[in-house]
Amino acid sequence: MTRRRKLSPFVRSQARGSAREGAGHWWRERVTAVALIPLTLWFFASIIAHSGSDYSAVIAWLRMPSSTLMMVLLLIALFYHTALGLQIIIDDYVHSARKVPALIIMRLGCLALAAAGTFAVLRIVIRG
Amino acid sequence: MRGSTQVKYGPKSPNIQIYRPQLTSVLSIANRISGVVTSVGAVGLVLWLLAAAAGPDTYAFALWLLSFLLGQIGLLIFTFFFFLHLCGGIRHLIWDAVYGFDLSTIYASGWVVVAASVVLTGAAWIVFAVS
Repeated sequence: MTRRRKLSPFVRSQARGSAREGAGHWWRERVTAVALIPLTLWFFASIIAHSGSDYSAVIAWLRMPSSTLMMVLLLIALFYHTALGLQIIIDDYVHSARKVPALIIMRLGCLALAAAGTFAVLRIVIRG
Repeated sequence: MRGSTQVKYGPKSPNIQIYRPQLTSVLSIANRISGVVTSVGAVGLVLWLLAAAAGPDTYAFALWLLSFLLGQIGLLIFTFFFFLHLCGGIRHLIWDAVYGFDLSTIYASGWVVVAASVVLTGAAWIVFAVS
């Protein structure tokens, strides 16, 4: 404890509060949010454009390089943003010993969903 | 009340039980709720992609499930809450850029978010139904 008092207030603050990780979390949430504006609008526009399309037309659309890229970027940004948002909700409402397991399950779930979606897109591209 | 648990612990901030709901507070919690609802919709997006990857039969089955009233209502709810989260999120990004903080602008932008979410949901569904 005596050693700790020798640290300057600035250095002590480095590992605490928003100086620890809050600002980084806030910033990543904004960056993914900005990315999701064009990505989600592209997705909605594409879905509406393909509302009357059959299976082969939807597959042909997903196989276009631009669509494949946009869909994978959407999945990454979407589940990154989802994980950041759900983390805040768990931080705010879960105060018991369940908090850490809840955070782990939530993060692994988001990772698994992004991976599953990317896998599905790549499978469509490779198999045709 | 002296000595009772009420006095000992006191009410917890921000006393939402006794606070009159306002557009600002309702939209604040709506942004969080719409984020959670959109997360559920994101799971649906992955299931839709997996169904498409599995083949035409599985894809047709997925669309068949969505064709029921419950599926259509679910899609409508996801669409509305997505647009609510999108518009509310853009409002937050504008605040992050330190714009629109006086009270009249906060209320105006709040009603713009509500109106834009309803209009965008309606427009998306009308265009979807027509095409």
